[in-house]
Amino acid sequence: MKERNLTCIVCPKGCPLKVTFGENGEITEVTGYTCKRGLVYAETECTHPKRTVTSTVVTEGGNIVSVKTSDAVPKEDMFKVMEEINRAVAPNGVKIGDVIIKDVCGSGADVVATSNE
Amino acid sequence: MTERRKTDLVIVGGGPAGMAAAVKAYEDGIRDILILERDTALGGILRQCIHNGFGLHRFGEELTGPEYAYRYEKQVREYGIPFMTDTMVIDIDENRTVTAMNKENGIFLIEAGAVILAMGCRERPKGALNIAGRRPAGIYTAGTAQKFVNMKGYMPGKEVVILGSGDIGLIMARRMTLEGAKVKAVCELMPYSGGLARNIEQCLNDFDIPLMLSHTVVEIHGGNRVTGVTIAKVDENRRPIEETRQYIPCDTLLLSCGLIPENELTKSAGITLDRITNGAVVDGSRETEIPGIFACGNVLHVHDLVDYVSEEAVIAGEAAVRFIRGESVKNADIRLKTDGKIRYTVPQRITEMKDTTVYFRVSDVFRDKKVTVKAGDSVLISKKKQKLAPGEMETVKLTKEMLENAGAGELFFSLED
Repeated sequence: MKERNLTCIVCPKGCPLKVTFGENGEITEVTGYTCKRGLVYAETECTHPKRTVTSTVVTEGGNIVSVKTSDAVPKEDMFKVMEEINRAVAPNGVKIGDVIIKDVCGSGADVVATSNE
Repeated sequence: MTERRKTDLVIVGGGPAGMAAAVKAYEDGIRDILILERDTALGGILRQCIHNGFGLHRFGEELTGPEYAYRYEKQVREYGIPFMTDTMVIDIDENRTVTAMNKENGIFLIEAGAVILAMGCRERPKGALNIAGRRPAGIYTAGTAQKFVNMKGYMPGKEVVILGSGDIGLIMARRMTLEGAKVKAVCELMPYSGGLARNIEQCLNDFDIPLMLSHTVVEIHGGNRVTGVTIAKVDENRRPIEETRQYIPCDTLLLSCGLIPENELTKSAGITLDRITNGAVVDGSRETEIPGIFACGNVLHVHDLVDYVSEEAVIAGEAAVRFIRGESVKNADIRLKTDGKIRYTVPQRITEMKDTTVYFRVSDVFRDKKVTVKAGDSVLISKKKQKLAPGEMETVKLTKEMLENAGAGELFFSLED
């Protein structure tokens, strides 16, 4: 029986999670979570881990605005997403929530502004 | 002649604490409010905290720092609460006269009905750390590096060692890595991290950055620019062990060694500071020793989560309104004392018989302890905790009944087996 210990990153509580796997690598038990999102996190983390990426984008006028992916993207694609973000230029006067890159790296998530220029 | 004006409520600082206090005061009916902010915009340090994870408690969703700040800024603007940016407060006296200055008005005085101190905190600088060696370029506090990367678009270096495992240091380890730098190690003097467990997971473990507990930087190398640091393991008295010295080549050293509430103005008003929190001694309404001067947010004690800063600002905002209207209630005088394992409480005293949430931090990592509150011999609260750590602020709720039954002039907070 295989086990894996995780720290939940969903909220600042950081619950310690233990995931137990069966013979075929399927998850048989998750313990340690204190909310439903922790359970979902444990399952996702052991199947296809995802992270939200936050960074900055330059505007046409040469200012900096902060951005995030609208959803978590596959963990292994974080650096690819960063490359796209670093190539992007936001229009002047960009506002919180404006989409800067649609469907970044085919992840389904958009890169959106999190500050106003 | 220096301009003199009168304002019901002056709030010093336009960060999350100041804005939340202003919004609460407005909602409670005060209109003559003025927020004074020294930076070029409202938002405080959140403007450079572009990572996500803010607002889960307050808004039930995960926001980045700038988004969280904007929620409050939008309310401030919609309510039309007056604020001045690029304005520095240089003095507050015991009569609540605030001296401020900016380019347009020069120096001006405000006679305030009430004052809320919301100046936030600053990072412990290198000068306070006593590291041997030269003073080359390439040494920054983590927050300064954060400002360079996130607000100016500059990378402070390519090969990085971070001293201190506070949350800003952990966040910057990830940020620098995502922007192409190599973070070689995070050294932490203590045997445990000062940061949140989730940040160790998502900022260090995700990128295989080693967290070296009980390690410190003993020497900085380089002439014009940092070329490397020597680190060493420390013994239980936190003294470096000679045989464990290890050289790490790097061009940048980031310091994330704690935050200090920024209380110069508080001191100039003659307000007593708590030696542990480095913030004012306050009662349950966050009122300092001087009637009508309140404090909230990181200027009072350093918080882990901005959500709690906002929560505290609401308490101060509400109490300031009551003070302005002459409706403050002082019907108790209870001091909160601690056993040392519990390092401090905020508030430090209770002056009104009402339900009061007490915030506290512990001095070390403790397992399976009972957080105990006693009045004399009678135990008011005994709450089991599996784990307590200095990096995580805890709370207990004292009910009005408990305070009334206690009666005593002192409540004792301790960790029991």
